[in-house]
Amino acid sequence: MLPRHKRFIGILITLVGVTAAIYLILTSFQDNLLYYLTPSEAVTKNMDDQSTFRIGGLVEMGSFKRADGSLKASFVLTDGIESIEVNYTGILPDLFREGQGIIVTGRFNKTKVFIASEVLAKHDENYMPPDIHALEEPTL
Amino acid sequence: MSLKAIYKYGSPPNFYRFAMKLEPWCFSLGVFLIVIGTIGGLFIAPKDYQMGDAYRIIYFHVPSAYLSMSAYAAMGFASTIGIVWRSTVAFSVAKSIAPFGALITALALITGMLWGKPMWGTAWVWDARLTSEFILLLLYLGYITLHASIKEQKRADRAASLVAILGIINLPIIHYSVVWWNTLHQASTISKIDAPSIVGEMLWPLLVMIIGYSLFFSAVICRGGSAEVLMREKRSKWVKEI
Repeated sequence: MLPRHKRFIGILITLVGVTAAIYLILTSFQDNLLYYLTPSEAVTKNMDDQSTFRIGGLVEMGSFKRADGSLKASFVLTDGIESIEVNYTGILPDLFREGQGIIVTGRFNKTKVFIASEVLAKHDENYMPPDIHALEEPTL
Repeated sequence: MSLKAIYKYGSPPNFYRFAMKLEPWCFSLGVFLIVIGTIGGLFIAPKDYQMGDAYRIIYFHVPSAYLSMSAYAAMGFASTIGIVWRSTVAFSVAKSIAPFGALITALALITGMLWGKPMWGTAWVWDARLTSEFILLLLYLGYITLHASIKEQKRADRAASLVAILGIINLPIIHYSVVWWNTLHQASTISKIDAPSIVGEMLWPLLVMIIGYSLFFSAVICRGGSAEVLMREKRSKWVKEI
């Protein structure tokens, strides 16, 4: 075997080994790497009112309520299976609207209403001008 | 690439002549395409139905992010060739990619933050996509600092190349992070098996920009790699003849 073959095999073995190690690390930290839970996951995991976590879902159509002159907003987050009522006081991001993907950080209160301390908008990977969007079916 | 080609362009004088011939073409075509793509993206492409004009930062964000990863792939590939064949040219090319790669990764992160602040409501979160792209920046910086901290050229090349090669593992993690984990960052628009989720009028300037960035990058590497080769071969006969 030529020295350069040895070096090549050495590189390959190192790469395979480190890849395997990283794979094991990433899979064992799977839960921590998730940036948010879906509403169904939040319900099945039965999160208590002590733990702060994030929920990502779509804002249910017609669920958004905010009193005039107030920053107190309430809406329902859904993934089509489970729905969670969310209360939030503060300024909402530009992309916030009904039907939009949203990520909220906060915790449940005693009555299982999610009290959010932060609201982030998640935008999807689709880009199109308004006239084309008007022709398409609403996604929710 | 066949082995013959590696041997031919692996010789420093051949590489130098080839790179210097290629460089002006890549540079002028790259700049031309970046200008066309910028005009197309900022003035000709229509507004987005959700984000209005604010989505136009995509014409800088996506090419930067794409190039930050393909430049790293090139650096890892060159480092592998360097280690296996003990090739001066390959080590020089890898070394000249690193600073440009770090810069373009920083640009991808910064344009992403500028975009995220108004749209998501935050400039930075530690989700899988943003974190793995940040690690890419650290890998570039690690390569640069490690190379600079070892005095002896050969040892510096080998140590830094190891960082470059191991860092390749991060590339699929960045790409698939939006598939494997829930992230705030949205999924891929162009690089997927289905048709791209972007209309043609918005897509073409993006593709033009990506090609323009890549050509400009090639020009920088031709120049940087040649300079590095000249430095390393300064005592040889062919350099003295130039």
